[in-house]
Amino acid sequence: MSNLEILLILIIAAAIAYYATKRQAQSWQASRDKTKLDSLPNYYGYFGAICTLLPALIVLSFWSFIEGNIISALVVSKFERLSALNASDLSLVMNEIKIIVESGLSEKNSNDLFYEKAAVLIERYSSVSLFLKVASVFALSILGFMYAYLKITPRFKARKKVEKTAVYLLLLSALVAILTTAGIIFSVLFESIAFFSQISIFDFVFGTHWSPQIAIREGQVSSTGGFGAFPLFWGTILISIIAMIVAAPLGLISAIYLAEYAQPKIRNVVKPILEILAGVPTVVYGFFAALTVGPMVSGFGDRLNEFGMSFEIELFAGLVVSSESALAAGLVMGMMIMPFILSLSDDVISAVPDSLRDGSIAMGSTKSETVWKVVFPAALPGIVGGFLLAISRAIGETMIVLMAAGVAANLTANPLNSVTTVTTQIVVLLTGDQEFDSIKTLSAFALALGLFVTTLILNILALQIVRRYREQYE
Amino acid sequence: MEISDNMDLDQEISKTVGSPLLESKVRIACRDVNVFYNKNVQAIFNVNLDIGKNQILAMIGPSGCGKSTLLRCFNRMNDTIEDCVIDGLIELDGENIHSKKIDPVVLRANVGMVFQKPNPFPKSIYDNVAYGPRLHGLTQNNSELDDIVEESLTKAGLWKETKDRLNKPGTGLSGGQQQRLCIARAIAVKPEVILMDEPTSALDPIATATIEELMSELKSAYTIVIVTHSMQQAARISDRTAYFHLGRLVEVDETGHIFTNPNHSLTENYITGRFG
Amino acid sequence: MNNLEIVKAGLNKRYAKERRFKFYGIFSISLSMLFLFFLLFDIGAKSIPAFTQTYINLDIEFDKKSMKLQDQDSYSEETLFSASYSKLGRNALYKLFPEVTERKQKKALRQMLSSGARYDLRDAVLENNDYVGTTQNLWVLAGDDIDAFVKGLIDRNIPEADRRVKDYQVEWVDTLKAQNKIERRFNINFFTSGDSREPEQAGILGALKGSFYTMLVTLLLSFPIAVSAAIYLEEFAPKNNWWIDIIEININNLAAVPSIVFGILGLAVYINVFGVPRSAPLVGGLVLTLMTLPTIIISTRAALKSVPPSIREAALSIGASKMQVITHHVLPLAMPGILTGSIIGMAQALGETAPLLMIGMVAFVADIPQSILDPATVLPVQVFIWSDSPERGFIALTSAAIVTLLVFLFFMNLVAIVLRKKFETRW
Repeated sequence: MSNLEILLILIIAAAIAYYATKRQAQSWQASRDKTKLDSLPNYYGYFGAICTLLPALIVLSFWSFIEGNIISALVVSKFERLSALNASDLSLVMNEIKIIVESGLSEKNSNDLFYEKAAVLIERYSSVSLFLKVASVFALSILGFMYAYLKITPRFKARKKVEKTAVYLLLLSALVAILTTAGIIFSVLFESIAFFSQISIFDFVFGTHWSPQIAIREGQVSSTGGFGAFPLFWGTILISIIAMIVAAPLGLISAIYLAEYAQPKIRNVVKPILEILAGVPTVVYGFFAALTVGPMVSGFGDRLNEFGMSFEIELFAGLVVSSESALAAGLVMGMMIMPFILSLSDDVISAVPDSLRDGSIAMGSTKSETVWKVVFPAALPGIVGGFLLAISRAIGETMIVLMAAGVAANLTANPLNSVTTVTTQIVVLLTGDQEFDSIKTLSAFALALGLFVTTLILNILALQIVRRYREQYE
Repeated sequence: MEISDNMDLDQEISKTVGSPLLESKVRIACRDVNVFYNKNVQAIFNVNLDIGKNQILAMIGPSGCGKSTLLRCFNRMNDTIEDCVIDGLIELDGENIHSKKIDPVVLRANVGMVFQKPNPFPKSIYDNVAYGPRLHGLTQNNSELDDIVEESLTKAGLWKETKDRLNKPGTGLSGGQQQRLCIARAIAVKPEVILMDEPTSALDPIATATIEELMSELKSAYTIVIVTHSMQQAARISDRTAYFHLGRLVEVDETGHIFTNPNHSLTENYITGRFG
Repeated sequence: MNNLEIVKAGLNKRYAKERRFKFYGIFSISLSMLFLFFLLFDIGAKSIPAFTQTYINLDIEFDKKSMKLQDQDSYSEETLFSASYSKLGRNALYKLFPEVTERKQKKALRQMLSSGARYDLRDAVLENNDYVGTTQNLWVLAGDDIDAFVKGLIDRNIPEADRRVKDYQVEWVDTLKAQNKIERRFNINFFTSGDSREPEQAGILGALKGSFYTMLVTLLLSFPIAVSAAIYLEEFAPKNNWWIDIIEININNLAAVPSIVFGILGLAVYINVFGVPRSAPLVGGLVLTLMTLPTIIISTRAALKSVPPSIREAALSIGASKMQVITHHVLPLAMPGILTGSIIGMAQALGETAPLLMIGMVAFVADIPQSILDPATVLPVQVFIWSDSPERGFIALTSAAIVTLLVFLFFMNLVAIVLRKKFETRW
């Protein structure tokens, strides 16, 4: 019996409980002595349903989550051979055993009798666990129903109880947000600590040689120094700078024009069109950058090169533009970020009160003077906040750089070369067949930690600035 | 007393009583001025009014009678409002302010405005006052600018309180101080006329008194037009008073005359508090 | 007045500045719009070849010997299924071009047909069992090089050595054209098949279904949780409470965390701790749920906030409990705004690629998924995979997949906007 089937039965049981308890309440309502009910009958129904469903559901979930680990632990303790293994070997072996279990014990496809014995044991434990699980879940469900049925009286405050439970459920949903952040921090931190126990933080952050290799011998890694992530950080920064150089002026000036000069009719058409740029999936940008913009940029570079050769202009003659240039990736990323800056700037500029504009116009300024000398400085904190959020987005962007920038770590300030970024490397390191605990994959977690912390700081800073700015005007 | 409907109103206010037109020393002249919003809604009906040099004219009347609208015509601030149409002639020193030759930018450098709610820029006190002179390029160097700032703040009665914190933000001052800052800002460009739209309605009585005192001092150098809700204020500080009723100029005369012996019954009713 | 003269003197410069600035404004906007149109046009143009496919008209002899069938009158489905169809197409071609004898050229002739042509022939026989033993005139799928040539993607004018299509092949194509035996038809394969190594057989059905299942999981999970959380935070949470502030800060931050971090979370927690099967829409949905939660929470809260207090007060004064006020009055009134926010959140999730790469929805998946537990891929990841493939035909396919994706997104956003406009009540 699968979990889904158990769940379905529980839901049906809850429905039955609902109707049963509701009818009971209704019968009181209709009775001769017209006993006054505390709440509407359907609340009694809900109470019945909750008691039938909730405790059973909790046990079901909990049991299912820990079932697998407990069974594995029990099996390991039974076999000395298994308990002697270290963590990564153990997980390999357990996987093999699990495969045997799943493919059916009738097929003797393993070479080792030991594996078969372990598989048989697992199968047995699983059946026992399943039986116990089903039994306890259904028992709880029935007990829950009986409790509810016996507990309710006409004076029982059904609605209050039901609503209180509902509020707790709502609270639980809100806590999911914290669970998520906790999950992220926990998972990234855990593996990063394992990583930093082998590679020093200093080497990681400031080292310039990035060529992640799995250690063949103990101690080999640190000597070849393959985990210096500085070129990655630098690559991310370089591309983000290019992106901001494109996005900031375009976004800001467009926003100012739309907010202050454009007629409402034009603004209502243009703004949504430009916001389409924000809705295009980043994989599309990546494709466009890799297939069109990259070759365009390098083709332009080649032409400049020829031009330089024939006219002997040194600056152009030696020009080599990679087809995976940081410039191409940065350009496209800039256009992806532009709508964010446009939107945020537009919001903060519109939030500047008209009284300031009136004051400036009354003094005899032209419109552009009012905008640049009064409105823009007043909106500046908000605009800076918007810039920070945009930079945070650029840093965390993956697909554009994955498809259009390179994978070779290159420490260069020349945007015409190819660089790699933190996000690209995370993808490269984690998509591929490797063991989970190898130092290569651990380094990906360390990179992710850096990424998460950086964007977190930028976001908090940005939100603080924007909030303080808003308070100024409210 | 009931307020008569419009047809009766036009009969009642067939022409402005008192002395709307001056013979000499006219700074601003209005002839048959009508102002419309959105083509249908008329806010000002046939106003004929002269404003004299170096005088304070108070415009009083019940809410929504168009005083602020007319005031904003004098520096063409109504240009910033869409669908606002101004009909008739408004002259400043004999020149039609709506003629093609007149640039609103120049006009506003000449006719300053102080608003009901103080609106200092979120800049330093110094930069607030220096904004106008910098904007129009009135000074050659920094020391000249310093002089103008000091002069304006002094005239506005704010120098002593601010001379040691000129680079602190203007928004950090109290309400009354902020309004004086706005006045200093307005006079820094040395306009001929200062328009004030209910300048003390957002201030407490002590700040109000300070600003009223200031206005009396400023009158010697500037022509001041003030819209006010407070009859007492008009009586205290103005030389002439104009009473408006539903967009029409009912009566304008010397202040003393208006408050002791008004010519029109509507004026009398307003002043004696029959309606407000 | 001296001052006025100074002012007038400076006017020209100031107005010039004004004009310049307005020009910059229009220039920026135009540049941005130009980029957008260039992007859409470029991809759109690239996608057109993928919507048609070249077919060759052949007289196929379904003779039992070539099909390796026993001589019978009728055959079972199984027998027909496992019969051999590989020789049928090439036999028909050899018949059309009897002059081709040299081995290399014969091979080239065979390659004019797609390697998937045999499966199409098999499907034809399964549908019409009586084809066996007869000759039928059918349109058969052409191979990717010929297809590219016919679509004009391979230029016939460049020297033969640089071309993938040799001169003799060009002659054959021209001959077929003259006989009206080769034509381009609507590429139904694109929408009805899953992924394939050969561009002419590849389609997005697998990715579409994968996206569907993933979106289903995401919607079923994120909508209730997000709306519940928003209701709690907006209506029940105590104000100025330290814990609540932390929750709110968390939500705002999660909305801005890079998507790849969610992928890592999925990898580390869902797959390694909980053992959910990799590459399944279930995991993909779980990961995307966490990403979409903040978006829906924030827009739901805004929708709830916009319901005026007067309605709540009226309900309370009749004696409704707080929960009843919310379920009977506030929630229904806020629902259009909530739905709008959810649709927009779903649209964002539909286009996500990076986190799904991390949890493994990137493997070559040729089978169409049937449930949320089967390995699958989603449309944007399909785009990513195809963009890496070297065959020419995949450029057009990738572009066509992008066009499909954009069309979906366009409609979702359109629905959201129409919903918003239609139910926008002015209080």
